[in-house]
Amino acid sequence: MTDLWIHPALILLLGAALLPLIPERVRPGYLLLVPILVFARVHTMAPGTYGEVPFLSWTLTFGRVDALASVFGYIMALMAIIGTLYALKVKKKGEFAAAWVYVAGSLGAIYAGDLITLFVFWEMMAFSSVFLIWFRGRKESLEAGFRYLLVHAAGGVSLLAGILLYSRGAENLAFVGFNVQSPGLGEWLILIGFMLNAAVPPLHAWLPDGYGEATFSGAVFLCAFTTKTAVYALARGFAGLEILIWLGVIMALYGVVYAVLENDSRRLLAYHIISQVGYMVAGVGIGTQLAINGVCAHAFAHILYKGLLFMGCGAVLHMTGQSKFTELGGLYRKMPWTFVFTLIGGLSISAFPLFSGFVSKAMTVQAGFDEHMLWAAFLLMLASAGTFLHTGLKVPYFIWFGKNNCKPETWERAADPPWNMNAAMAITAALCIFIGVYTPYLYDMLPYPTDYNPYTSYHLSETMQLLLFTMLGFFLLLKKLEPKAAIAVDTDWFYRRGGQFFYRAADKGLNGLNQTGDKLAMRRLPSSLTRFFAKPGAHLQWLLLRPFVRGGEGEIAQVRESIDRRSRHGSYPVGTSVLLSVLFLSLMSLLFFLF
Amino acid sequence: MNLVQMLEALNQRWKLLVRLFLLVLALLVVIDAIPALVDKEKAHTAMELLPGFWSVYGFISCVLIVYVSKWFGDIGIMRREDFYDD
Repeated sequence: MTDLWIHPALILLLGAALLPLIPERVRPGYLLLVPILVFARVHTMAPGTYGEVPFLSWTLTFGRVDALASVFGYIMALMAIIGTLYALKVKKKGEFAAAWVYVAGSLGAIYAGDLITLFVFWEMMAFSSVFLIWFRGRKESLEAGFRYLLVHAAGGVSLLAGILLYSRGAENLAFVGFNVQSPGLGEWLILIGFMLNAAVPPLHAWLPDGYGEATFSGAVFLCAFTTKTAVYALARGFAGLEILIWLGVIMALYGVVYAVLENDSRRLLAYHIISQVGYMVAGVGIGTQLAINGVCAHAFAHILYKGLLFMGCGAVLHMTGQSKFTELGGLYRKMPWTFVFTLIGGLSISAFPLFSGFVSKAMTVQAGFDEHMLWAAFLLMLASAGTFLHTGLKVPYFIWFGKNNCKPETWERAADPPWNMNAAMAITAALCIFIGVYTPYLYDMLPYPTDYNPYTSYHLSETMQLLLFTMLGFFLLLKKLEPKAAIAVDTDWFYRRGGQFFYRAADKGLNGLNQTGDKLAMRRLPSSLTRFFAKPGAHLQWLLLRPFVRGGEGEIAQVRESIDRRSRHGSYPVGTSVLLSVLFLSLMSLLFFLF
Repeated sequence: MNLVQMLEALNQRWKLLVRLFLLVLALLVVIDAIPALVDKEKAHTAMELLPGFWSVYGFISCVLIVYVSKWFGDIGIMRREDFYDD
């Protein structure tokens, strides 16, 4: 290490370690101070390479600060403040510790200059974030958490295997752009590891499964870090890999389709993470400067508006205990501010003019049109309509308006949340609008210089038509969109049902084999052997003669009886013995002459 | 007037809101047809030059998404809530 350089993740890890020692009285102040320090640290880091540590034959680089890392570091540190403010009144200290270690893992991965460091922080994210699901304390949360952990462990193994394979051909393990023209097996495995965290179908079902079961405040953290760190890693390593365009488009549409079917508001938002990350993955695949700028801008905007949406639905869950549309409705009288903030999040994600999504999403789509990938670009526009349909219309409508499905106790409990949650939502909502109105704030942070202007008359007309005619469709098809108390089966079926089948197969198969073995080897076999060896001569004779004995049951019994008697007394006619001896000798002589 | 009263007031004038909304929709298409207002030089393909192209595209997208998803749900994707419980 050259000189003292403090990694922002270190501040969070220390902060989390000291948390149990902080007295109750000053805890809220401390909780806010730590992420603010992290944000200040991220903000003041000059570009360069820091924290290089020799390790075995490699050099670990903890701090590679460049434009791409900085924009992600900035927004993640900012989200750590907002998320902590939102969770400020949560009683469990462990939840803050888990969340901070999780953010530290994310920041560590963002600033990692080599693949080993990246892997370590990558795993740190998986193993700390699972607590944000487990802390909810429900049986379903525990199960979802285990599934989440297993899936991420599998992804981590793929990443590690990829890194090991890649390391044999590479001069060093620096995390730079891979060869996207002809990736080797190592690169593919690394890509699978990244894609799992980016929730690319079919490796995505952990996301709605886990995030839907997380604590109300944990989901706010979850929605920001794992997938966006993966987007960063993809942008760094696989910019221009063409298959990502199509995977991205599939993701964008996949999330939209499942959102139609979803009854749980937070699972619906989770499906829209997949959809929105689809734009980013497609942007990485396009790989031009405008596209990568679009990826970073959209990730930045997404962290804020998705955080805001999860805060809104989290507030509903926290206050009413419900997150399903079939248990909610008509809440605008009880939770008006939460409605306004969630609506702002919905308009932002839908890319309404003057909101953040409008200035970020358009860059990726424009890059697609510029590269003449018309199918991809038009399908992304179609997914845009779906985004507005669900997050902009379905979520606010069925929670705050629509049919009032609230039980009396739900209605009784419903109210706008405590000040800290309102403040977190208000700040995020303000940022969403600020980004949408004052474009240089975001555009100046992007890795490549840009003169892109989203506010052209054509783009405005295009967007407003697309969105408002989607709204017309929404109200015409309102009956069809009424939520139903049901679940939509996703690819987690394979490991949920697969697990049950495996268990049953193991139970029936292995235990059955065990029982059969026990029956045969331990009970049947010894008794029949005992019976056989009681009179082996008689048994052998009977076995040989049995096919030749003809007649009724009485005659057969008679033959058996005579064989038994003779064998018992050893009294065979002399002729038989001589015949057998002659036959035996002839056989031996024949064998002798033949061989 | 506080926020709840404002929302109530809007809710009570639902019919008026719907009419205004339809007016805005019509205006959008009209504006899109006037070259002086919407500069179509930025259009990516020839079909976008048709007035109201994105209106049709948005509406069809919405209908398509709802129907295709519902069909997808009906072919066996939608299950009882306790599907995984046994």
